[in-house]
Amino acid sequence: MSNTYTEEDLAKNLEEQEYKYGFTSDFKSDKAPNGLNEDIIRFISAKKEEPEWLLEKRLQAYYAWKEMTEPEWAHVNYEKPDFQAISYYSAPQQTKKYESWEDVDPEMKETMKKLGISLEEQKRLTGTAVDFVVDSVSVGTSFKKKLAEMGIIFCSFSEAVENHPELVKKYMGTVVPHTDNFYAALNSAVFTDGSFCYIPKGVKCPMELSTYFRINEGGTGQFERTLVVADEGSYVSYLEGCTAPMRDENQLHAAVVELIALDDAEIKYSTVQNWYPGNKEGKGGVFNFVTKRGICEKNAKISWTQVETGSAVTWKYPSCILKGDNSIGEFYSVAVTNNFQQADTGTKMVHLGKNTSSTIISKGISAGQSQNAYRGLVQIHPGAENARNRSECDSLLLSDRSGAHTFPYIECKNNTAKIEHEATTSKIGEDQIFYCQQRGIDEEKAIGLIVNGYCKEVLNHMPMEFAVEAQKLLEISLENSVG
Amino acid sequence: MLTIKNLHASVEEGAEILKGLDLEVKAGEVHAIMGPNGSGKSTLASVLAGKDGYEVTEGSVKFADTDLLELDAEDRAKEGMFLAFQYPVEIPGVSNVNFLRTAMNEIREYRKEDKLSAKDFLAKVKEASALVELDNKLASRAVNVGFSGGEKKRNEIFQMAMLEPKLAILDETDSGLDIDALRIVSEGVNKLRSKDNAIILITHYQRLLEYIQPDFVHVLNDGKIIKTGDKNLALELEEKGYDWINEEIAQ
Repeated sequence: MSNTYTEEDLAKNLEEQEYKYGFTSDFKSDKAPNGLNEDIIRFISAKKEEPEWLLEKRLQAYYAWKEMTEPEWAHVNYEKPDFQAISYYSAPQQTKKYESWEDVDPEMKETMKKLGISLEEQKRLTGTAVDFVVDSVSVGTSFKKKLAEMGIIFCSFSEAVENHPELVKKYMGTVVPHTDNFYAALNSAVFTDGSFCYIPKGVKCPMELSTYFRINEGGTGQFERTLVVADEGSYVSYLEGCTAPMRDENQLHAAVVELIALDDAEIKYSTVQNWYPGNKEGKGGVFNFVTKRGICEKNAKISWTQVETGSAVTWKYPSCILKGDNSIGEFYSVAVTNNFQQADTGTKMVHLGKNTSSTIISKGISAGQSQNAYRGLVQIHPGAENARNRSECDSLLLSDRSGAHTFPYIECKNNTAKIEHEATTSKIGEDQIFYCQQRGIDEEKAIGLIVNGYCKEVLNHMPMEFAVEAQKLLEISLENSVG
Repeated sequence: MLTIKNLHASVEEGAEILKGLDLEVKAGEVHAIMGPNGSGKSTLASVLAGKDGYEVTEGSVKFADTDLLELDAEDRAKEGMFLAFQYPVEIPGVSNVNFLRTAMNEIREYRKEDKLSAKDFLAKVKEASALVELDNKLASRAVNVGFSGGEKKRNEIFQMAMLEPKLAILDETDSGLDIDALRIVSEGVNKLRSKDNAIILITHYQRLLEYIQPDFVHVLNDGKIIKTGDKNLALELEEKGYDWINEEIAQ
């Protein structure tokens, strides 16, 4: 017998592995029955073979959630999901995959082509690539090895619970407590998986961490949970999401992301969100109700950058609690809504420490009949001497049936604070479009160019490759959007 | 190259502005179109470039073997028509070079030519910006944002030099320019003149024509060309104004 390890061997191996790590518990089904009650929570926890303390946390969250009502203050309008009609658990392996490359929706292929995603990558994203798995495993493992040498932990949330329970226990729920809001409580009760990242003291993570490299990525979960801990003096840049269209059967997404930047640490968190926005008539699409928050200790810095183009309804406010003196919070956002999409997004900057500073740059773009709102809170607490904030909220309207709204809240309880707020609303100029056309650039490309120019300030904060993809994504999201 | 016959055009759902205009422009020629305010000079430029908001009710325009009026604005540009805007538009966040690179690639694709390499493109930028003494820094700044009036006009001619159109229409490129800038812009235009291309200068003032010598001067009044002459006609206009022509015609 030959010693060479062939691709078939590996494929076989992977299959067996899946089986090995699959669910061999007594439960017959890998999918929980619809509805949410204590038994379902216990079912999820048991399926995941979780320790008792985590089950306790889940149950606490569940009881808190039961007492809560869905928030209604956002500038969005949708039919509320029936929380008892959802199945809260299905094994990750069951995420629907295409049988073969030929079965993949041509429109989706076209979009990926436009995004400049390599064929290999396209196949991986649609789950049709067996051959690519080989590649991905090798890339993934060498990557993981390098990180491990530096003491960086980067794994799924479940793995973290199993292998690093002390860290999870110490930090989980400290920034977004389960009582925080309706969706955060729901997530805390039923989350199935997510990502965990820990950067040890003084370590600068040498590469951008992206879920892309995680081998046992089970697709984006419906109730994802991310926890990033940057220990003293460390640095990490984390990328979330994917510019490729995510085929997703779940309508409701309620994720929780917690960032912890200890003294002198820095976390840069970049997101591209391109979930299914519903069709042109406004049917279907993902409800994206996310709670994202970070806490900065002394001299720490957290920077959120997001490009949001997907989802039917978005409710999302990545925030910073500037607890430590001299800490810095940043929020750079582009939110695009088209057709019947609705977005209510922004940030909260909570200044607690002395000499804390925050920057907010928000660019909203509304096309079609969509509604796009910026909602932000800048809160200066009494102890926050010499706090500074600068906010800039711009809205661009591409159609006369779309809406742009700005809801800035400022609460200042220390008179040494310096707060600047600027807001503009503009309509894309016919003159600008004609100027481009006269130089040989058609209307659609002209809009892409103008919009990208408008968003440049935000895109500049994204890691290079991500920014290039995000640019293309903006163009695609706004195709046929003028009028 | 350009043949305009009996062109009638009005503002959408509004008054007729061009009322039977005829004009023939051949390769290698420079035509100046002069006329009082409201005579239809800028409307002519807009209609030729394909700007929305105008309706052609009668007549035809042939440009380089195409029925110009059938083409979208961008395709007219790709066929080699260039309009230097009276009021160049600002596009924040989009650098001049990126803008031009996009434009050039679109045009080249239309003509089934290969994309210009980055090296060749930059060499061309250098050459074209030198032509109108445009600061290199302006080439990398956002399109017309924070440019002075003179810089905006120079930028138009810089773009013209980059895109090498068959026919360039300069809509009051001289307005708002000081003497030095006028000289620089004019010299740039003169260097771009060749036997293969043509230029239409729309202007109020004879001053520009001292720098760029036209082969023909046309007087546009009330939507029609009422008199055509050589460069001396411009001098006469400068001296006597427009009224004498009307009187002459009335006689």
